[in-house]
Amino acid sequence: MEMTTPDIILPSAEDLKVNLAGVTLKNPVVPASGCFGFGYGMMRFYDLDMLGSISFKGTTLHPRFGNPLPRVAECESGMINAVGLQNPGIHAVIEEELPKMRRVFHGPIIANISGFAVEEYRECCRLIDAEEQVEIIEVNVSCPNVHGGGMSFGTQPESVAEVVKAVKEVTTKPVFIKLSPNVTDIVSIARAAEDAGADGLTLINTLLGMRINLRTRKPIIANTMGGFSGPAIFPVALRMVYQVAQACSIPVMGCGGVATAENVLEMMMAGAKAVQVGAENLRNPYACRDIITDLPHAMAKYGIKSLSELG
Amino acid sequence: MNDINKTFKVISNARIAAKTWRMVLEGDTSDLWAAGQFVNVALPGKFLRRPISVCDYDECTLTLLYDVVGSGTEQMSRYEEGDTFEILMGLGNGFSEVSPGSRPLLVGGGIGVAPLYNLAKKLISNGVTPSVVLGFNSECDVCLADEFETLGCAVFVSTADGSRGVKGFVTDAIRECDIDFDYYYACGPMPMLKALGTTIDIPGELSMESRMGCGFGACMCCSIQLKSGAARICVEGPVFKTSEIIWK
Repeated sequence: MEMTTPDIILPSAEDLKVNLAGVTLKNPVVPASGCFGFGYGMMRFYDLDMLGSISFKGTTLHPRFGNPLPRVAECESGMINAVGLQNPGIHAVIEEELPKMRRVFHGPIIANISGFAVEEYRECCRLIDAEEQVEIIEVNVSCPNVHGGGMSFGTQPESVAEVVKAVKEVTTKPVFIKLSPNVTDIVSIARAAEDAGADGLTLINTLLGMRINLRTRKPIIANTMGGFSGPAIFPVALRMVYQVAQACSIPVMGCGGVATAENVLEMMMAGAKAVQVGAENLRNPYACRDIITDLPHAMAKYGIKSLSELG
Repeated sequence: MNDINKTFKVISNARIAAKTWRMVLEGDTSDLWAAGQFVNVALPGKFLRRPISVCDYDECTLTLLYDVVGSGTEQMSRYEEGDTFEILMGLGNGFSEVSPGSRPLLVGGGIGVAPLYNLAKKLISNGVTPSVVLGFNSECDVCLADEFETLGCAVFVSTADGSRGVKGFVTDAIRECDIDFDYYYACGPMPMLKALGTTIDIPGELSMESRMGCGFGACMCCSIQLKSGAARICVEGPVFKTSEIIWK
């Protein structure tokens, strides 16, 4: 980070605040689901209350162990994962994980809900609706690593709309739909979610990818394919955020390859109201802390007095 | 709050066996608390860090053994004295440094011998000198045997091709040399761990390895199922009681 000279006035805490479907975040930086667990495992690294929010690990109705190992492969400027929605199930999340999360994070929590059937999404959202500190529900219709559900919901406008309508019936909390980039026309999917009553959109989830081990001539990932994330996908994510923000009036959380405060500003210039940080947390557990620390300096460098100017 | 991402400076980095290198680094090791823990090494141009078990450490030096198996470890092998690394320190749980047995045996296979060296030192300082079985493919792969002997351990070597010590695997050496032990600590390839866990009816603990995303429990890329439920090799492990493992 370039040092600012003393006569440059840094933005105040007020200037970093963002509004997301009626929920105020102290800053736009949110660890993305699947890259931060339920938060408490990260408290050894820094004070989590500096974060705008936390999107917790994708949660399904029933406990899931996930896919066999290996679940991860490295790529140029990124990685592929096929964890397969390992989670203890919504009941254990509410009874065990959320209480632990609340002890280390006092801001608004984003509950990431996944499923394999419309009824499963609805039941999870109904149960999480009763949790006070959960201020946004993020419905993941885009996990590439599970069969018979997950991403298949996110690739058809009709099924996205069906999920949105079902979950909106059981919660008054803002519902964000997390969209897959593995589609021909992201805008038609985003519009279907908006028309069905979604309060916001998160994009993008990972890009479907693959690596082969040259020695064994077999896929590195046991599940053959996985979700590609990391700085390599930032331009794709930025482009989709831009297209969707142009076409829809509900707020967009930008996600995909964000690694620096400058990336956060670029996402917001493309139309994002908040910005999620995913894979970068895995190689640098201090990534979100560093981004938040750098953000006022990056704003000053580019003449941004308040984040409300952007998007 | 203590930042566990530390900068380390290379003191030496040299080949000690056919594909094995020893790197000694200088830096703050205060985040390590047990033999058998690992560190996660950042390499320029590589997205993910390299998880590497700690072979030995004291207050200001860290010794890592690594096999050159891919472009990342090949890159590590080119580092010279004075070069620096960013390393996440003190990951994983480590071995029981006070042995549950009175006659412990250390069983290492290939690069898996590395974390057993610091363990041997800790066990000795706690009053028990372990015996050591080391298994390799061939004589050119043998490493640390002399170092364990210098510590005063009885060392048995097996090689798959019979070029040194007992021909065969560590389990053959344990049988042929009639080694007396009442507890074991093992680290090595999965077939070796499985052979130990399924054929030797003596309690022990095993250090597992896996491709990892983060190394600190956030990504769930290294989860395994134990008898007691799911566990992350990077946080609940890498060391597990043999009795906890479900052999497939």
